[in-house]
Amino acid sequence: MKRILVGIKRVVDYNVRIRVKPDGSGVITDGVKMSINPFDEIALEEALRIKERGGAEEVVVVTVGPADCQQQLRTALAMGADRALLVQADGVIEPLVTARVLLKLVEREQPLLVILGKQAIDDDNGQTGQLLAALWNRPQATYASKVELQEGSARVTREVDAGLETLEIDLPAVITTDLRLNEPRYVKLPDIMKAKKKPLDTLSLSSLGVEPRVQLKAVSFSPPAQRQKGVLVKDAAELVAALKQKGLL
Amino acid sequence: MSTRILIVAEHDGTMLNPSTAKCVTCARAIDGAEITLVVCAVNAAAVAAQAAQLVGVNRVLTVENPANEHALAAVLAPQIAALAGPYSHVLGPSTTFGKDLMARVSGLLDAPQVSDIMAVDSPTRFQRPIYAGNAILTVEVAAGSKVVGTVRTASFAAAATGGAAPIEKAAVNVELPQHTRFVSISAARSDRPDLQSAARVISGGRALGSAEGFKILYALADKLGAAVGASRAAVDAGYAPNEMQVGQTGKIIAPELYVAIGISGAIQHLTGIKDARTIVAINKDGEAPIFEVADIGLVGDLFQIIPEIEKLI
Ligand SMILES: Cc1cc2nc3c(=O)[nH]c(=O)nc-3n(C[C@H](O)[C@H](O)[C@H](O)COP(=O)(O)OP(=O)(O)OC[C@H]3O[C@@H](n4cnc5c(N)ncnc54)[C@H](O)[C@@H]3O)c2cc1C
Ligand SMILES: Nc1ncnc2c1ncn2[C@@H]1O[C@H](COP(=O)(O)O)[C@@H](O)[C@H]1O
Repeated sequence: MKRILVGIKRVVDYNVRIRVKPDGSGVITDGVKMSINPFDEIALEEALRIKERGGAEEVVVVTVGPADCQQQLRTALAMGADRALLVQADGVIEPLVTARVLLKLVEREQPLLVILGKQAIDDDNGQTGQLLAALWNRPQATYASKVELQEGSARVTREVDAGLETLEIDLPAVITTDLRLNEPRYVKLPDIMKAKKKPLDTLSLSSLGVEPRVQLKAVSFSPPAQRQKGVLVKDAAELVAALKQKGLL
Repeated sequence: MSTRILIVAEHDGTMLNPSTAKCVTCARAIDGAEITLVVCAVNAAAVAAQAAQLVGVNRVLTVENPANEHALAAVLAPQIAALAGPYSHVLGPSTTFGKDLMARVSGLLDAPQVSDIMAVDSPTRFQRPIYAGNAILTVEVAAGSKVVGTVRTASFAAAATGGAAPIEKAAVNVELPQHTRFVSISAARSDRPDLQSAARVISGGRALGSAEGFKILYALADKLGAAVGASRAAVDAGYAPNEMQVGQTGKIIAPELYVAIGISGAIQHLTGIKDARTIVAINKDGEAPIFEVADIGLVGDLFQIIPEIEKLI
C-alpha cells in the first residue's frame, strides 16, 4: 500500500507567551494551550493532498510523547489522517531517539514518503528529518515549499537562504515542510466525531527496541536578555538627527 | 580527547560564505581548540585560499569531487562523517546549508547535535535559544560523546583575516549516493548587500501593501547602502521573495542598524533581529509590540515618512 507517514509533535501553542520558571528548571507549561506543531499541520495537509490526488492510499500520523498527545493525534485524525500511532514516552525525548523510533516505524509501515516539520517550535532543534534520512540512508528534501510526486521520485522546491532550490529525489524519502508549502484545512465538527472511531494504537519505546538515551542534559533555562526600551521621536527630521547622533548615518 | 574542531565551510564554489568566519569565532571560544576547516568542492583552491586567511584556523582540508558541485546534504554528509573520526567537535553554520547538512552528519555519526549555539560555556556546555528565543537553554553534552553543532551566526563576530593556514588535500573514499539530484536554483540577483552580513537592513511588513509598495523601501535602502528584508506576512502576500524573510523561520541577523517599517513585531519576527545593535521602528500604531524593542520609534504613516527621510539624507 502506498503510505505516507507524518510526524506530529505536541507543542506549546505559538501564540502563548513563554515564561521561564523562576528556579530556571524549565519553561512554564502548566495550564497553557497545547497544539500540533504548526509545521506538522502543514506536513499532514500535504500528505492529505497527495492522497486526495491519488498519490497515496493511506496517511498515518505518529507521535512520540506522553499520553496527553492523544489529543493532537485525534485532531490529526479529524483533519483526515487514516490512523494514528502513539509511541508513549515520558520526559525529554532527544531528536536522535525520535529518529530511531521513526526508523523502526518506517521498517514496519514501509512508507513511500515520510513528511515531518522542518522544526518543532518548542525546542527549535530542526534535526529529526535529517537524522531519520541519515539513519534510513534515504534522500532528504528539507524546507519544502512545493512537492510534486512522480513515478518513483519527487521534485521538491526548497526554501534556502539564496532563494528557491529544486531537487529530484528518489522515493522513499524524507521531506520536511516550510510554512509556505500549503495552508492547513480547518477541522469540521462532523470530522471530529468521525475521528473518534479511527484507530489510534499505542506502542512503547521498549516494544520497538529503542532506548531513551540522554546525551544532551538540560542544565538550566533562563529568560533572554531584554532590550532597553528606547525613545520616541516625533517626525522624520528628529529620526534622522537621532541616527546621525548615534553615528549610524 | 583533545579539543580538535572540524568546521564545514559554506561557499558557492568561488566565495567563502561569511557564516564560516563566524563559526571560527565560535570554535575559538572553546578552550584549547585546534581548528580545521574543510572545503568540499569541485575545485576547492579559490575557497580554500580564503579560508586559510581566517585567523585562528590551523589548517584547511580540501575534498575535491565532481559530486560536490551543489551542496547536497546527502552527498556531503558521508564525506564529512568519514573525516570526523579524530575530531571532538564538528561545526557548521546555522544557515539553511548548515542546518540541512549537520543534522545528517549527526545521524551518520550517531552523535548528538547542539543546534544554534549562541555561547560556549565549556567544551561540552553550550547556550542555545529555544521557543523562538523566548528562553535560553544551557545544555551539557554527555562526556565522551562527539559534539555536532550548528552555530547561530548572529551571536558571533566574523574572525579576522590575515592568517595563512596550510592547505592540504584530503582523500575521502566513501560511496556517494545517486538518489538525490540537483535540478535548479532560482536566486534573485541583486546588487544590494547580502541580508545576512549587511551592516544596515531595512525591512518592510504587510503595511507596504504590494510589491509596488516595497519599491519605496528599495529606494531608501539604495541611498543608505542597506540590504532589504521583509516580515513573513509580506513574503506570504507576495510582496517580497522568500529569501528576504527575517525571523524565526527566515534569517536571523545582527546588523548595526535595523529599520522595521510597517511591521507589528510578532515574537517570531523579533527572534530574527534581537542582536541588531540599533532597532528603529516606524509604525502608525503606537501600541505595536515592535516599539517595546525599538531603540528609536516613530509613530506615523510610512508612506508619508519614508519620502521625508529620503529627502533628509
Ligand atoms: C511558526 C511560525 C513562524 C513564523 N516565522 C516568522 C518569521 O520568520 N518572520 C516573520 O516576520 N514572521 C513569522 N511568523 C509570522 C508572525 O507571527 C506574524 O504574523 C508576522 O510577523 C506579521 O507580519 P507583519 O508585522 O508584516 O504584519 P502585521 O502583523 O499585519 O503588521 C502590520 C503592521 O503595519 C502597521 N501599519 C499598517 N499600515 C501602516 C502605515 N501606513 N504606516 C505605518 N505602519 C502601518 C500596523 O500598525 C501593523 O503593526 C511566524 C509565524 C509562525 C506561526
Ligand atoms: N516527539 C515527536 N513525535 C513525532 N514527531 C516528532 C517529534 N519530535 C519531532 N518530530 C518531527 O520532527 C520535526 C522536527 O522536529 P525537531 O527536530 O525536534 O525540530 C517535527 O516538526 C515533527 O514533524
